[in-house]
Amino acid sequence: MVDYCAELEKDIRFQEGLKSCLNCGVCCAICPAAEFYNYDPRSIVTLVQQRNNEVIEQLLKSNTIWYCGQCMSCKTRCPRGNTAGMIIQALRTLSQQLGFFTESEKGRQQYALKKVVGENILNTGYCLCPTMVAPELHVEQGPMWEWVIANIDAVYERMGANYRKPGAGVLRKISDDALQELAQIFEVTGGKEFYKTIEDFSEKKAAEMNLDTTNGPMNDYLVHVYTTNSGTHSGNE
Amino acid sequence: MQKQPKSTQWSLYQKEIANDNYFYGRSCIRQNFFPASEKTFLKILREELGKTVLEDPNHTTCTGIGYHSDVVPFDTTQTVVARQFSLMTAMGLKNMALSCITSFGLYTEILDTWHHFPEQLAKIRELLYKATKREFELPENIAHASDVIYKFRNEIAQKAKYKLVNKETGEPLRVVEHIGCHYSKMFPQSGVGGAEFPQVLSGMVEAFGGEIVDYPERRHCCGFGFRNYLVQANRAYSISNTKKKFESMEPFKPDFIITNCPGCPMFLDRWQYAIAEMEGKTYDAQGKGIPVLTYEELAGMVLGYNPWDLGMQMHQIGVESLLDKIGVAYNPEDKYKDIHGNQLPVPECPASLRGKILDTKHK
Ligand code: SF4
Ligand code: SF4
Repeated sequence: MVDYCAELEKDIRFQEGLKSCLNCGVCCAICPAAEFYNYDPRSIVTLVQQRNNEVIEQLLKSNTIWYCGQCMSCKTRCPRGNTAGMIIQALRTLSQQLGFFTESEKGRQQYALKKVVGENILNTGYCLCPTMVAPELHVEQGPMWEWVIANIDAVYERMGANYRKPGAGVLRKISDDALQELAQIFEVTGGKEFYKTIEDFSEKKAAEMNLDTTNGPMNDYLVHVYTTNSGTHSGNE
Repeated sequence: MQKQPKSTQWSLYQKEIANDNYFYGRSCIRQNFFPASEKTFLKILREELGKTVLEDPNHTTCTGIGYHSDVVPFDTTQTVVARQFSLMTAMGLKNMALSCITSFGLYTEILDTWHHFPEQLAKIRELLYKATKREFELPENIAHASDVIYKFRNEIAQKAKYKLVNKETGEPLRVVEHIGCHYSKMFPQSGVGGAEFPQVLSGMVEAFGGEIVDYPERRHCCGFGFRNYLVQANRAYSISNTKKKFESMEPFKPDFIITNCPGCPMFLDRWQYAIAEMEGKTYDAQGKGIPVLTYEELAGMVLGYNPWDLGMQMHQIGVESLLDKIGVAYNPEDKYKDIHGNQLPVPECPASLRGKILDTKHK
């Protein structure tokens, strides 16, 4: 069995995030994930503090570690300097490296995040682009956003942007040279390998679930992980 | 320890903000949703204040959204940020002004990590050189762009055409602020006023003549939560947390909301629309929604810039109620025109009864 604790200790964020918890619960009061999910940052800190390998394996395979919204409010408030949000980052990284993330509904969503945000970074040099926020997938963006997308060139030009054009300015096209540098950075720092890890484990899971990953950018597995909500996450079910 | 009165506690956290010669780091989210705000920031700095702000078109995303969605490893993110430092170094600059709060938080975290783990800095230098043959120096000063506007708030106030005052009653406008979590929750000393009483936006509002109103959930997250908005199945988290903030501010009857993060104003704007559509509920007395402004829009508005040059037509909650309260001059006919003055199609009205009065379509 892998020594999960030893693996976690290698992550700087784990070292920085875990001091010692006095179980005061202050972090839970401000945590937005604790507000609406069956989740609380105190349990995360006290669980990993036990350094029990089996408990950690359960966590790595659970929905629990995927609820946190990474706001880092817990860091501000903790009287002992713990940061549950950073411990979560280390747990999520390890869960993906070991393929455990595909064991939970919320963990499987990493496939969609890799496909959408992850690939966009390398393809465009931006985390997101206007056309990624497709109105049909984002009804909350409202008719104003439909208007932006329907008149995209004219609207961004009116805003003073340099949308998809070479040179400087808002939403400029990032040059091929800069994208090449970004790709090289991902190559030498393990970013590309990490993407591949997410993809490989996800494809394996998709096969198990009889869902296709090959039928286009909005493939069956992607749509499944992007939209599925079993409604079992608030603890009030 | 003697207890500090609340209103002065912020003075314990004073950060140094560079006076001139900034390297500007753009924000993915702000460029998408508030493109004119970045243009306005540069215009104010360069044309009103005579400052030097440079950008390099080869600047890319810092990967922040990917990093906090846990698909980009920390080493990768650190090396991408190191590359931005190298672009700054190549321009002979030492001060950064960052448009994004996620970037600002990340840069601050990375510098702190390198300070505590010098071997990590050495490793990142090596990785960046291996990938790009680039080298870099550490910035001497990192500011969020809202820090810079805060620093020059009095100069801007002196040039201002409008005050944040209700023109009918002569009373200061009541303003609620929302600070992006990553501005100072991770490193209180990196934000003006620290994490609990940040002064960066309230200082601007007061300098421009308005009144800041406290509300219980002032420090609660806007509800973005990275994967909790980005993945459709998780968006209940996002809207529920934002709703918690609206419910908390509603009794204080704010005239508008001011924000410094690029994402928060988008969520505070769009989720108001969504709640109005879903439940017929709005959080202001007129049923129009509470306008949400970026700090660049705020500064540009008091300076008398045309609201449509400021990009305020890219809000789902109309800003007209606020402009009218102050008496800002604007031409409603120009709201949906292109840069050449040609009329563009006009957005649809929101479907619900309440939505109809959200000022999407000016009549
Ligand atoms: S970072 Fe995560 S655990 Fe910490 S307060 Fe935010 S949502 Fe909660
Ligand atoms: S605030 Fe800190 S000490 Fe208190 S329960 Fe949370 S992690 Fe533990």
